[in-house]
Amino acid sequence: MTDLPAEVWRALGTVLDPELDEPITDLDFVESCTVSPSGEVTVGLRLPTFFCAPNFSFLMVADAYDAVSAVPGVTRAVVSLADHHASEEINGGVAAHAGFVGSFEGEATAELDELRHVFLAKAALAGQDRLARPLVDEGLGPDELAELTLADIPDSMELRRLRDRRMAIGLPYENDAPLLVHPDGSRVTSAQVPLHLRRARLQRVGIETNGEYCKSLLKTRYSEEAKARA
Amino acid sequence: MYEKDGEKYFIVDAHSHFWDASKENWVEGKEQYAKGWIDCFYGYHQLGPPETHWDWEKYLKVTPEDFERDMFIEGHVDHAIFQSTYLKEWYKEGFNTIEQNAQLLDRWGDKLIVNGRFDPREGDAGMKQLEADAKKYNLKGVKLYTAEWNGASRGYKLTDPEAYEFLQAAQELGIKNVHVHKGPTIWPLDKDAFDVADVDHAATDFQGLNFIVEHVGLPRIEDFCFMAVQEPNVYAGLSVVVGGLMHARPKFFAKVMGELLFWVGEDKMTFGSDYNIWTPKWQVEGLVDWQMPDDDQFADYPRLTTASKKKILGLNAAKLYDIPVPAECQLPTSADEPMQPGEELVEDKAGAQA
Repeated sequence: MTDLPAEVWRALGTVLDPELDEPITDLDFVESCTVSPSGEVTVGLRLPTFFCAPNFSFLMVADAYDAVSAVPGVTRAVVSLADHHASEEINGGVAAHAGFVGSFEGEATAELDELRHVFLAKAALAGQDRLARPLVDEGLGPDELAELTLADIPDSMELRRLRDRRMAIGLPYENDAPLLVHPDGSRVTSAQVPLHLRRARLQRVGIETNGEYCKSLLKTRYSEEAKARA
Repeated sequence: MYEKDGEKYFIVDAHSHFWDASKENWVEGKEQYAKGWIDCFYGYHQLGPPETHWDWEKYLKVTPEDFERDMFIEGHVDHAIFQSTYLKEWYKEGFNTIEQNAQLLDRWGDKLIVNGRFDPREGDAGMKQLEADAKKYNLKGVKLYTAEWNGASRGYKLTDPEAYEFLQAAQELGIKNVHVHKGPTIWPLDKDAFDVADVDHAATDFQGLNFIVEHVGLPRIEDFCFMAVQEPNVYAGLSVVVGGLMHARPKFFAKVMGELLFWVGEDKMTFGSDYNIWTPKWQVEGLVDWQMPDDDQFADYPRLTTASKKKILGLNAAKLYDIPVPAECQLPTSADEPMQPGEELVEDKAGAQA
């Protein structure tokens, strides 16, 4: 017999905050998750602020709904976001399969694929810093770094994560793909390595700093003191 | 002025407020937004040192006496620049309007600059208001909050044709400094509202204006830096960077400062306390004491000297706003040529060292 609650939790772990490139389960955004004996799942999500951007918030709720619904044994899924300025539009829209444009009538002109693409590209740039930085510290120079392919990098979570992000946006991700690539997938030349790595590090600092803000704000928002005040 | 170890620092708080988020000011039927907004600020407030935390009730609205004590008596601030944020959709009399800020001019007119604002969606009426405000307050700067709600609209971009008309008018009215604050919403909602590409275009097209990107473009610091390195009239407003990270996340504060020093440079960074999200005292004192950590991961970031701290804490903003600086607080040599430290990298002339 499968452990349905564990499977549901694992499915939620595949849902990323697109801006932070981290699973919503690690970020403590999943406030509650209950599974009934008949396979009905109810998930409650929460975010660091009342004004977190509605487009990213929508993606997380919709992705969580899709991920949970796809788990074998789940008969019905209800995912709702609490304490958010657009809770009503988002929760109603996801439940009605209305898409983003349908959920925010008159306020949006397109679905969120392009937005998602932009943030996967950012994650793929930051990932190059995560993998290359230890090699720079070991003394590898621009010539060697420019020659490296993904096959040269020891397997790790970080490497798999980079491959996944690249695959999702159509960048080379197989073993013969260069470690350092431009946004269009072309190889970074030796002369371009220093600036490229500066950019990759800045991108990583940007994403990780946002993550730190969000974690701090979430912790404060749902602290005991905050609950006492409400 | 702040004095430490024989060094005198002239302090310009380039981003401060005098807001009214009291319950009496919440618009009926929009209470959840008014509360949500100030709760969000209060979350940031709590990222400061615990001994500086206030009760939520006090946080809603401070008195002129609180302001005087927090800024001028205890806060070391010589000159403060008020940035307005209207939010009249949620706050009856506005969250923080020019008029609210200007109440304090009678008492501390020699230490305060009141910045204006405009909203390109307000058309002719908005244009007339801007002209009137510019004349009345002799405006040198405006603050633009691009995520402001206005009727059914959730925001605007600086590149909207109407926004260009206002920028043109602002320039003709003698306004020099445009403080841009990005927020979570913009029309259409499917785009990234924090994207600073519109500031890039506007900065290129309006060379007579300086664009101070508040909160250094957070949460898009990378987009901001890539842009700022190429635009000589773009500045980094440090409010929220110091207040939100220096105490709560010191390692990330060091990284962000390192990146800003590298890409934007110490001549184009301006301090702002974001009062009363936080008080300036601990931020000024902390920044003066701060050093880049010795750890290897920070090794190739530029260092902050005493001179750089003087620039960031006041001299850079004093230059933007023509605020006279006492001789004892000036630097021995004037730094009239702003550095563009990352320039050689952008032009691909960098050395081999990554």
